[in-house]
Amino acid sequence: MSDMNSMAGGSLRITGGTLFDGQSERDNPGLLIADGRLAIMGASALEASADRTLDASGCVIAPGLVDLCCNLREPGNGQKGNIASETLAAAHGGFTTVCASPETSPVNDSGAVTHLIREAAASRGVVRVLPVGAVTRGLKGELLSDMAGLQKAGCKLLGNGSRTVGNARILRRCMAYAETFGLTVMFSPENQALAADGYAHDGQVTTRLGLLGIPEVAETAAVAEMLLLAEETGVKLHLSQLSCARSVEMLERARKQGVPVTADVAMHQLVFTEEALAGFDSRFHVHPPLRSEADRQALLAGVEQGLIEAIVSQHQPHDSAAKQAPLPATEPGLSSIESVLSLGLELVARGELSRVRLLQALTTGPSAILQESGLLNEGAVADLCVFDPEQAWQPSAKTLMSVGKHAPVLDRPLRGRVEHTLVQGREVWSASSL
Amino acid sequence: MTANDHSPNHLQLTRGGQLRHFLTLDGLSRELLTDILDTADSFIEVGTRSIKKVPLLRGRTVVNLFFEPSTRTRSTFELAAKRLSADVLNLDISTSATSKGESLSDTLLNLEAMASDMFVVRHSQSGAPHFIAESVTPGVAIINAGDGRHSHPTQAMLDMLTIRQNKGGFEGLKVAIVGDVLHSRVARSQIRALNELGVEEVRVIAPGTLLPRDVESLGCTVEYDMERGMKDLDVVIMLRLQNERMEGALLPSEREFFRLYGLTEDKLALAKPDCIVMHPGPINRGVEIESSVADGPQSVILSQVTNGIAIRMAVMSMAMGGQMSERQQAQAENEGSRA
Repeated sequence: MSDMNSMAGGSLRITGGTLFDGQSERDNPGLLIADGRLAIMGASALEASADRTLDASGCVIAPGLVDLCCNLREPGNGQKGNIASETLAAAHGGFTTVCASPETSPVNDSGAVTHLIREAAASRGVVRVLPVGAVTRGLKGELLSDMAGLQKAGCKLLGNGSRTVGNARILRRCMAYAETFGLTVMFSPENQALAADGYAHDGQVTTRLGLLGIPEVAETAAVAEMLLLAEETGVKLHLSQLSCARSVEMLERARKQGVPVTADVAMHQLVFTEEALAGFDSRFHVHPPLRSEADRQALLAGVEQGLIEAIVSQHQPHDSAAKQAPLPATEPGLSSIESVLSLGLELVARGELSRVRLLQALTTGPSAILQESGLLNEGAVADLCVFDPEQAWQPSAKTLMSVGKHAPVLDRPLRGRVEHTLVQGREVWSASSL
Repeated sequence: MTANDHSPNHLQLTRGGQLRHFLTLDGLSRELLTDILDTADSFIEVGTRSIKKVPLLRGRTVVNLFFEPSTRTRSTFELAAKRLSADVLNLDISTSATSKGESLSDTLLNLEAMASDMFVVRHSQSGAPHFIAESVTPGVAIINAGDGRHSHPTQAMLDMLTIRQNKGGFEGLKVAIVGDVLHSRVARSQIRALNELGVEEVRVIAPGTLLPRDVESLGCTVEYDMERGMKDLDVVIMLRLQNERMEGALLPSEREFFRLYGLTEDKLALAKPDCIVMHPGPINRGVEIESSVADGPQSVILSQVTNGIAIRMAVMSMAMGGQMSERQQAQAENEGSRA
């Protein structure tokens, strides 16, 4: 990596390339970054003096990517990852803000743990870390967490990690209590009784391979319950990591009825299907599971239409032993944050998603859920992702910064590479220094 | 987008198309399946000799790795290996002790270090033999002796041998598989084999709670009503029902199951008069099948067991042959590149 402090306090001019400001793309008119902010956007940037100039010809300059669902594994799971390694991986992926899952040890269910994470992130983190608070104590789904304390410590979102809340009564109370403080609750909807011991989409592949399925209704029954409870309590509900076509339909209907609900989908759900498990490839043991091609198409359409506002990495780094077992005995999750943008650009190249919607879903979409604008305009914080949509690179154990090497694509070239990642005007990742 | 080469064949076949592992019937051609049946036929004769041995695996070490209890399958594999003159080591490893992948890998690496040539693996988790063949001990031939709900390819092939002996072939046959298809690795392998060998129809007969999602995608039709389903059958295969199926609210009672799906003389009379009755065992008399049917003239259940030894001899000798030719080829390429 280049000397990270070289940019601190200095000014940087970015010339050439295409500017995506969060809404649309145009030729870069010239950018000047000073004091960590976008000081000038326009031709006058070209005349102003700057300590350094970055030629972005052939690249797209976008707001830094924002991830609503990421596991950093710190505190407590050092063998799987830590704040330093996983935020560097995030920077490699073009992300400048990551929302850290509360599923740590200890669980982030109090202001004290939130402070601990924020302090660690301030000293060792490469990008901005926003801890997500646990909505129930210990994520056990039984008792309320100290929501006001979590909010005061800086949590903007509360969730229950990958775990379900015990029952509808507790879920209703979680929502009503969160609504008291205007907090947004995010849930990965799943009915535990219906999901049972499953670990793969209940469909043709599980039937052929004899794997235990999670039926679609395990998700849709929970989506229905959550939408009804959100409507009743008025809480801002964020449905995270949707996997089914039917969930998108229900989301659309609820939105029309005025339910305050937003949603995200993991990038791997837009790219892969149940077929990825056909060779018992344990990397693709993810939760919620990869579903059918029809589900994938509906999720893509949901993103294109703006029904699904955000695409997340659902980054889950693991040590190699966690994936070295027969598929049913492995732990779920992909090491994904470094390939999210490249996989998205492949969808764009195949005509499955427009580039504007891809970029919105990775920037302003999630920012809005965090109640931030995320737009690049004069005076905005200079969190930027500069990527070359045509440049190929190859994810491998060597090129991945994450402790987890179980990336969705390994040892084959991906098109679209992050060239520079800037946090508050400071370069925290540069591809040329790899 | 495909993540990888998902065809099981890159794993279980050599570049020349020979078996080197035997993990699943998925992707195996009719020619190869027929080759297995023909090879097994030639071994049946060995079992009738006074000295029941051939030297095909002499000097080779076969390890029976059973992570799940089994009597019949393990003993037929043991007999098959011994009739091929292999040295046999039997290991019963409780699943609980090795439920973590790491210790499974370690166990296997230790066994590999003892210069084993072949592992016969039974495991409660679907895909465990794939995992071993792909990631743990690629130089050891892996024979799947049943994994989770996925596959039990030697059982299916011995069933095919039994059908061929009794029916002369597969064309035009109507075959029904009755009972707990959901939990059955045997049924999955049988449906695959029957389709590849070209029967006219595979019918599964079971209540909705005992059928996997989209079961038709395996290549079968579905019939809930057994009396209707018995019509025109040439072969009826009964599956074993585990006692614990009542607890998961899959069935109300054994009695109701037997009334609706048990094979009785009355129900068998609805099939073709020469319909054969099969069961992979062990039989629950009075649950899946009436004693008079299990022991009756149409039952071929005991010849299934005999055929099991021949099929296992065939698969073991073929996989070892594939491993050997692969090693020779690698050696030749090695020498070629040095020259």
